[in-house]
Amino acid sequence: MSALVPLIAERPRGSSGLRPSVHLWLRRPVAVCATAFLAVLVVVSVAAPLFAPYNPEAQDLTRVLSGPSTHNLLGTDTLGRDVLSRLIYGGRRSLLSIVEGLVVVMLLGIPLGLAAGYLGGWTDRVLSRVGEMVMAIPAIVLILVVLAAVPHNEDVAMLTFGVLGTPTVMRVVRGATLQVRRDLYIQAARVSGLTHLRIVTRHILPRVTGPVIVQASLFSAYALLFETGIAYLGLTGNPEAPTWGGMIAEASTVIEQQSWLLVPPGALVALTILALGLLGNGIRDVAVVDDVATRPRRAALRASTALKSAQVDHRDVRPDRLIVVSDLEVVLRNRGGTTPIVAGVSFDIRHGETVGLVGESGCGKSVTALALLRLLPNGLETTAGRALWEGRDILGMPEGEFNDLRGCTFAYVSQDAQASLDPTFTVSSQLSEAIRHHERLSRRAAKERALELLRLVEFSEPQRVARARANELSGGMAQRVAIALALSGHPRLLIADEPTTALDVTVQAEILALLRRLQSETGMSLLLITHNWGVVADICDRTLVMYAGQVVEQSPAQSMFDLPLHPYTRGLLQSHPSLAVAHSHLKTIPGNVPSPGSWPDGCRFAPRCPYVAAKCRADEIPLLAAQSDRDTRCIRVGEILAEVTSA
Amino acid sequence: MSQGPLLEIRHLCIRYRNGRRTVNAIDDVSFEVSPGETVGLVGESGSGKTTLANAILGLIPVESGEIRFAGQDVAHLSFKERRAFYRQAQIVFQDPYSSLNPVRTIGRILAEPLEALGKTDRAAARERARAMLVRVGLPEDAEGRYPREFSGGQRQRIAIARALMPSPRLVVCDEATSALDLSIQAQILNVLQDIQAGSGLSYLFVSHDLEVVKHMCNRIVVLYRGQVMESGAAASVFGTPGHPYTYALREAAPVPNPRLQRARHLAASGSTATPVEKLTPGASHCPFAPRCPYVEPRCLNERPLLQPSQDNGQVACHRYPGWRSAEQRPTRTSDGGTSAPTAASYVPVVVPDLVPDSSARQV
Repeated sequence: MSALVPLIAERPRGSSGLRPSVHLWLRRPVAVCATAFLAVLVVVSVAAPLFAPYNPEAQDLTRVLSGPSTHNLLGTDTLGRDVLSRLIYGGRRSLLSIVEGLVVVMLLGIPLGLAAGYLGGWTDRVLSRVGEMVMAIPAIVLILVVLAAVPHNEDVAMLTFGVLGTPTVMRVVRGATLQVRRDLYIQAARVSGLTHLRIVTRHILPRVTGPVIVQASLFSAYALLFETGIAYLGLTGNPEAPTWGGMIAEASTVIEQQSWLLVPPGALVALTILALGLLGNGIRDVAVVDDVATRPRRAALRASTALKSAQVDHRDVRPDRLIVVSDLEVVLRNRGGTTPIVAGVSFDIRHGETVGLVGESGCGKSVTALALLRLLPNGLETTAGRALWEGRDILGMPEGEFNDLRGCTFAYVSQDAQASLDPTFTVSSQLSEAIRHHERLSRRAAKERALELLRLVEFSEPQRVARARANELSGGMAQRVAIALALSGHPRLLIADEPTTALDVTVQAEILALLRRLQSETGMSLLLITHNWGVVADICDRTLVMYAGQVVEQSPAQSMFDLPLHPYTRGLLQSHPSLAVAHSHLKTIPGNVPSPGSWPDGCRFAPRCPYVAAKCRADEIPLLAAQSDRDTRCIRVGEILAEVTSA
Repeated sequence: MSQGPLLEIRHLCIRYRNGRRTVNAIDDVSFEVSPGETVGLVGESGSGKTTLANAILGLIPVESGEIRFAGQDVAHLSFKERRAFYRQAQIVFQDPYSSLNPVRTIGRILAEPLEALGKTDRAAARERARAMLVRVGLPEDAEGRYPREFSGGQRQRIAIARALMPSPRLVVCDEATSALDLSIQAQILNVLQDIQAGSGLSYLFVSHDLEVVKHMCNRIVVLYRGQVMESGAAASVFGTPGHPYTYALREAAPVPNPRLQRARHLAASGSTATPVEKLTPGASHCPFAPRCPYVEPRCLNERPLLQPSQDNGQVACHRYPGWRSAEQRPTRTSDGGTSAPTAASYVPVVVPDLVPDSSARQV
C-alpha cells in the first residue's frame, strides 16, 4: 500500500501540536459543550461579586429552607443564605483547590517523567520504583494525617494530593517521551550540538502535551471530588465560608425537611466532573484521530462494492489472456468530492506470464492491484472499468462470488510480509486455516499440506518453521511463508506488491528465484509491482510503466530496456546509477510526481518532460500503439526516437 | 591541515547486550577517510554499518578501539567537546519523515545547529539558512513552512541543508537515499556531488545499494557481521571482487539488463548442487564461512586477517586469491535450490532458518 503514503503523508504526522486539530475539536459538540460549561464556571466563580445576587454569608432567618423562588433562584439554606450565591462563591474555593493540586502534579510529574523517559537507565529505574511506592500509599489516610498535623488548612491538603497524583502523570509523560525519543530528529538534534535540556524542552516537551492535557483534565476531576470530600468532612478552614462540599454536608443534615437543598451543589459537582471527563475524552480523541489520519493505514481493508455488471463483449474474450483489464478507474472519496487516483488503466496478462508494474510512489501501482482484488482501503472506490477473467467481469460480479476467487484464483503477497502474518498464531495454523478455506480437508491433511507448501517454498526445515510465529521469522523467511500462504489456493494469478523491497539483495535473489521456479512449475501468472529496474530485468516478461494514475508505456521487458518509448520511462531508466558513468552527474527528471488531484491537463508528464511541445498540453494523450507489441502514451514518440537514435 | 586522513578508525569494537548474550556489532574494524574523499560502507542488514555510522558521531558508546578525527580522539569526548565536534561532522539519516521535528518551521530547524554551537546571530543564521536552501535546490521561502508541506525528496534536501549548516568537513550519509524513489534519488545524489565539488568535504556513504555506492564512492569498505571483508577502490572492489562475499553481493543485485540477468540464471542452473552436511564453525572463524561456496577447514577455525590485495586494497580471506580461479565445485544449498560458485544468482543459506540473527553461533 506504499502508493497511498504520499496522499496521506502530506498531513502532519504524530499527535503533536494541537493547532491543526481546532477544526476537529469544533466538530465534537459534546466536547465543545463541556469546554463552554467549564469556561462559564471559571468566569462566574472568579468574578463572583459581579454575578452573585447576594452576599453568601448574609443570613435571613425569616426565609430558611425556602426552595427555589423568584427571590432566591435556587432557594435558601438552613440559615436563610442564598444557595446560588454560596455556590458561586464556593466555586472559588473548589477551583483554587483544583489549581493547587494541578500545579503541583504538573510541576513534579512532567519534569520527572521527561527525565525518566529521556535519560533512561538508572534515573528511569529509580524514579519508576519511587513512583510505584508513592502510588501504593492510600491517599485519604495520608491526607488525614497531614490535616491532623496542620488542621483546617485545605491548601496543604491539596498540595499533598498533588504530590500523591504525581506518579500517574510521570508515567504517562515517560511513556510519551520514550516514543518520541525514538524519532530520528532527536538524534539529529544531538548531532546539531543541542544540550540535553534544549532537546527536551524544544523537541520532546511540545510533543507530549497531548497526553499531558488529558491527564490534567482527569486529575482535575479527581481533585474536585477529593476537595468536595474533605469539605464534606468539615476538615477545611472557616466553616462559615461557602464550599460545595460543606453545602452538601449541610443539606444532608436537613434531607428530611428540604431535600431540594442537596440538588444544586450535588448537581454542580457531578456536572463539573462530567465536563472535565468529557474534555479529557475530547482531547484524547482529537489526538488519536490526528495520529490515525497521518499514518498510512494498514488495516481497514474493505471489499469495494461491485461495479454494475457490464455487458461482456465476446470479442474481448481471448483464450491466451488470463485477464483483460480495461478502463479501470479508482477515485478517492473525501469531503467535498472525489479525486481520481487511477484513470483509464487497461492491460492484459497472458497465461504463465510475468508482468512488471513499474513507477514511482504515488503513481497508482498498488491501488491498481488492490482494485483488481477488490481490496481497496476505505475511501478508495472503483468507479469504472472491468476485468475479464474466463469471460466474466471480476469487478462486476457479486461480492460473494468474487470471495470464492480471491485467495484461490487471485492471490496476493504484500511488501511487509511480517505484518501480513498474525503473530498470535503459528505458521502451521495460519496455513492450515487458508488450506481448509480452499478445499475440504481434515485437520491432519491440512497440516500435511501446509508442510508440503513450506517445502515448496524451499524451507530446509519445514517442521520448525511450521511451529514458529511471525515474529520469530526473518524478513526473507516471512516472505516465503507469505508466498506459501498465497499458493495454498492454487492461484492462476499471483499479485506481488514490492515483495522484495524490504529484503537484502541476497535474500531478494532467493525470493526471485523461488518465484521463477514456482511459476514454471505451476504455470501461474505473476503481476509484480516494483520500482526496482533490476527486479524487472530479472524476472519480468513484459512491463507496464505507470505515471500519475495512467499506464504510459506497455512493452516487452527486453525492448523497453533496449529502447524506451515514453520520455518518463527513458528518464527513470537513466536515473539508475548503474547506467551512468561513476561520479558523473546522474540524469534526473526535474520535479516530483504530481499528487492526485493536481494532474496537469494534456500529457501528465509534460511539465517534467525534456521533449515537451505545445501539442502535448492540448489534449488528453491516448495510449498509442507504437509497434505491434508496444504502446506508449506519447504523441511525439516518432520525433523523439528519431532525435535519440541520431544523437 | 595535515596531510593525514580526516577520519581514522582503528580496531574498533562495539558490543551490545541482547538479553544474556553479548553481540559484537562491530568487531575489530579499521579504515580511514581522507579529506575530500567519499568512502562507501556496504553490507546487508546486521552487518553493523548503521551502528558504525552512529558510533562515529558518538550516538553509541564504543567498547574499544579508536576513532580519530583530524588526529583527535573523538571516541571518548566529554559532552561539551562533542558539541564542538559536531561543527566538523554531521549526519543525514535514512528516514526523511522522522528526522525533522514536525512542529518546527524549516527555518528554525536549519538555524538550530548554529544556535546550538553558540553562533547566535539570528539574522546571520537566517541568511545562511536561506542560502543553504537554495544550494540544495529548494526555494528560499521554504524557511517559513513546516516539514509536512514537503515531499520525501524535499525533506531529504532539508536534512542535507541542516547537516551543512555548520560547514562540516565530514557528512555521514546513513542510507540517505534508500527511502526515495529512483528519480528523486538521482536528484539527491547530484546535490551531494555538487556540494562536495563546491566545498571539498568528505562523505561516509552508508548504503546497501551497491549501484549507488559504486556511483558515489572513491573507496569501499565491505562489512559482514561487523567485520571488514574487503576494502579498496570502488572500481576494483566491484570489478574484481577479492572476497567471495563481495562477489556474492554483486551477483545477487539484479542489474537493469534482462540479457545479463538471463545469462546469470543460465550459468546458475548449469551447475549441479549436492547438499552438504552442516558446518559447525569453531570459536574463531571467518564470519562468511557458513555461507561460502569456497569454504575449507581452515576458514572454520581461524579468522582470516586483512591482507593487501592485488588492487591496492585489503581482503580478509584465507583462500584469496585462489578462490577466484578455483575449479567450480558442487555447492551446498538450502535443499532444492540450485546455485553455483560462479555466476550464482544468490548465496546459499545454510545458517539455521529460525534465528534471523544467527550471530549466536559465531560469538
